[in-house]
Amino acid sequence: MKLHEFQAKQLLHDAGIPIPKGGVAYSPEEAAAVATSLGGTVVVKAQVHVGGRGKAGGIKAARNAHEAREHAASLLGRELKGLRVEKVLVEQAANIARELYLGVTLDRARRRPVVMLSTVGGIDIEEVAVSSPEKIARGWPDPLLGLQPFEARGLAFGAGVPVEQREAVVDVLRRLYGIFTAKDCTLAEINPLFVVADGTVLAGDAKIDVDDNALYRQPVLAAMKEVSAIDLNEEKAREIGFSYVRLDGNVGIIGNGAGLVMATLDAVKLAGGDAANFLDVGGGAKEEVVKAALEIVLSDDRVRSVLINIFGGITRGDEVAKGILDVLAEMKPAVPLVVRLSGTRATEGRALLEGKPLTSRATMDEAAAEAVRLAKAAPAIAARRSA
Amino acid sequence: MSVLVTERSRVIVQGVGREGRFHAAQMRKYGTKVVAGVKPGAGGTSIDDLPIYDTVHDAVEATDANASIIFVPAAAAADAILEALDQELELVVAITEWIPVHDMLRVASVLARTSTTLVGPNCPGVISPGKGKVGILPIDSFSSGSVGFVSRSGTLTYEIADLLSREGFGQSTCIGIGGDPIIGLPMPKAVQLLNEDPDTRALVIVGEIGGTDEEDTAAYLRAFGTKPAVAFIAGLSAPPGKRMGHAGAIVTGGQGTAASKVEAFRTAGIPVATRPSEIPQLLREQLS
Repeated sequence: MKLHEFQAKQLLHDAGIPIPKGGVAYSPEEAAAVATSLGGTVVVKAQVHVGGRGKAGGIKAARNAHEAREHAASLLGRELKGLRVEKVLVEQAANIARELYLGVTLDRARRRPVVMLSTVGGIDIEEVAVSSPEKIARGWPDPLLGLQPFEARGLAFGAGVPVEQREAVVDVLRRLYGIFTAKDCTLAEINPLFVVADGTVLAGDAKIDVDDNALYRQPVLAAMKEVSAIDLNEEKAREIGFSYVRLDGNVGIIGNGAGLVMATLDAVKLAGGDAANFLDVGGGAKEEVVKAALEIVLSDDRVRSVLINIFGGITRGDEVAKGILDVLAEMKPAVPLVVRLSGTRATEGRALLEGKPLTSRATMDEAAAEAVRLAKAAPAIAARRSA
Repeated sequence: MSVLVTERSRVIVQGVGREGRFHAAQMRKYGTKVVAGVKPGAGGTSIDDLPIYDTVHDAVEATDANASIIFVPAAAAADAILEALDQELELVVAITEWIPVHDMLRVASVLARTSTTLVGPNCPGVISPGKGKVGILPIDSFSSGSVGFVSRSGTLTYEIADLLSREGFGQSTCIGIGGDPIIGLPMPKAVQLLNEDPDTRALVIVGEIGGTDEEDTAAYLRAFGTKPAVAFIAGLSAPPGKRMGHAGAIVTGGQGTAASKVEAFRTAGIPVATRPSEIPQLLREQLS
């Protein structure tokens, strides 16, 4: 789960890391009011979960409250990389001398947190990592000990942080690491950390991602979750215990097991189509599970055909088939269904599906091809119906 | 021989709820010696003829167990893994899904100081067909033979094992390493076990998007591989930034793409199947 900049900065502030003065505004009037209370030049920043906000025009400087109102008016309601801007952060502009990068994330291969520090701040750190990796100092603290002072100091020396800021940067780095662990983050990043003209430091922007698996023990962060209209199905699916991801195509996909569903999406792609979603119903595939999954997929009106790919493991294929038939009798879906059963007692399961208002295929490749063919034929059917 | 799970595996079950009990019975049915269950507070009782102990310590002391399988719910799962590591078991298989990643970071740090092999979490476990299983894999898909099989997935593993078995490619050991970002037995190490197993003649490796485990595996095999191998990568069509079901299956910052993994295996001289159904044929070509 991603936090907004203003939420991430609140965590920094709570942990004792200096942040610019500012406030969140939901309307141009509120933005003007915040700007007035701050006085002087302010920065108006769109609060949306996208990277590269600056380049996309989501960050604007304002010399006074009047300009802050105008910038807020132009940003609010507008779409930034496909996401609607519903609030802006209005902050006091800083007199910046230089910018640093600080970040903590997971190093999967080393199975440790990785702490990164660079004097090349304010730009896309992933680009720096590729073009000049030597400019990023990295350390891998033992999670049982946390980031030790000597490690943080070593990083400051390694990155070439000027002596005047060394102590302050080490302090911010250790506090940031503290947030990373205390708040169950998968990413905690300050980019840039401003070094202000007077030599002090200030978090210019912050990005924090929280581990979804840990939200049960982070109630304050869990409450910050925002569900946009487009993610409604993802939220509904999560409540039932499914994994659902909305994609761009028109073939609805239901399967059991993340790897199998991924392979199914790939099979649809290879057959010349595109999946409308990823939906993993998880272990087992009982009747009520198939039904709940179908309801979610069919509620998406972009879907032109549905491919159900179930591997009967411990759950038997004939039981799955019975479940699908019951659901079919009850729901009578308007879009064609293609079912592919494999594994334990799949032959018996396929026999049950014969002659029923759905298409049954023996292999994943055949089922994907059929689902894609039906999805492509579907618009013509719709046109005929309306004629 | 096979790796991790053999006839001498003696298994305890941590977490004897509905899932744990069901799979304990399944493992026993397959001939695996399941010797005890652990449920704090229920020591001295028995569930389905399985003696129950309060702690892993007590269970190991009484039964001489050398392996554990964990079904404990996510919030308490890391604690259960640490309890098993504390008893220096040879093998711990963590089935549990949705464990917080910071819990697994701490577990990994402890694990590095032990000689235990931890498989998972969020995995289907390990099966050495005909010899035993410590996991939840459906036995009908597997048959004994000499193909070593390593996979990050669950049902896709069963699907591919099924394809292999139908084509006469039995398996020495199948290791489902798990779909989380931090796992106990990373793919290169699992592949190394099978590469060094004298009874394994060929390798099938099933990866997916996210992380660099596949790239590291390809690099290992390029340097040390002694057996024919075939790979498959799931998630070729997955968009970046989206977590595809498995917590570990996400492409970030251009890293972890299916294309990069396919390229790594091909560079190591290992053919990569475009679809699971091609795997048996590629394996046949590799073996001929």
